[in-house]
Amino acid sequence: MNGKEQEREESAGFREKLQSALPPLGNAEPRRDLWPLMRQRIAEGRKPLFSAAVPWLSRVPWFDWALLGLAGAALLFRPGLIPALLYHL
Amino acid sequence: MDVLARFAAGDVESFEPLFRRYQGQVYRWIMRIVRDQTAAEDLTVETFWRLYQSRARLDPSLNCGAWLRRVATNVAIDHLRRAQPMQPLVAEPADDRQVDCVAQREMRVRIRQAFAELSPRLRVVAQLALIEEESYQGIAESLGISLSAVKLRVFRATRILRKKLEECGVKP
Repeated sequence: MNGKEQEREESAGFREKLQSALPPLGNAEPRRDLWPLMRQRIAEGRKPLFSAAVPWLSRVPWFDWALLGLAGAALLFRPGLIPALLYHL
Repeated sequence: MDVLARFAAGDVESFEPLFRRYQGQVYRWIMRIVRDQTAAEDLTVETFWRLYQSRARLDPSLNCGAWLRRVATNVAIDHLRRAQPMQPLVAEPADDRQVDCVAQREMRVRIRQAFAELSPRLRVVAQLALIEEESYQGIAESLGISLSAVKLRVFRATRILRKKLEECGVKP
């Protein structure tokens, strides 16, 4: 057996081993008709969400919004903080 | 008039026959890459969603099957990148029913683990070439890379797999 033949045989053996662990899925079929899912996706895509319409909104982390909310609430209930805040700005 | 041409011309109603014609083909291709039925279903829908969105820019003379396969490949690779990198690949359920000796079962687990540890770009090529025995040319077209790049990736993936398996005590 020459070197190339041996190499080819080893390669075939290696492939067989891999296929015994991960059998080929050449003929896999969907478990159900996917059209209803597709129709739903199209329906969802047609009405843009607020964050999709204003893309930068979805990029702001939630804790920034929470911080902004807390600061707003603090200023609303303790208006005396406003001059202090302005001073520090 | 061909269904794709009608769709590209703005006939949205022709999307359903187009979807039904290619859904099996796209699903099978994605399944070969992700090996997960639920993910493959979602990714099939995502692939067709991209076709739906790009209907205004579609060239009616394009090869729809090839276009969908290329988009499906990108969608599947994105999924692999997002998924848990160490999650072992799933074998066919029938495979586990076979009466098997412990050593062989262990070897199969190691092989699945080694595959799962490959980077997505090597894993896709390795799965398609070594497991599904797709032609290198077909893989190159689906990934939008050259034939020599496919050969190089198969070579690298094989080398990594062999090394990993040797480290685990499996003789490749």
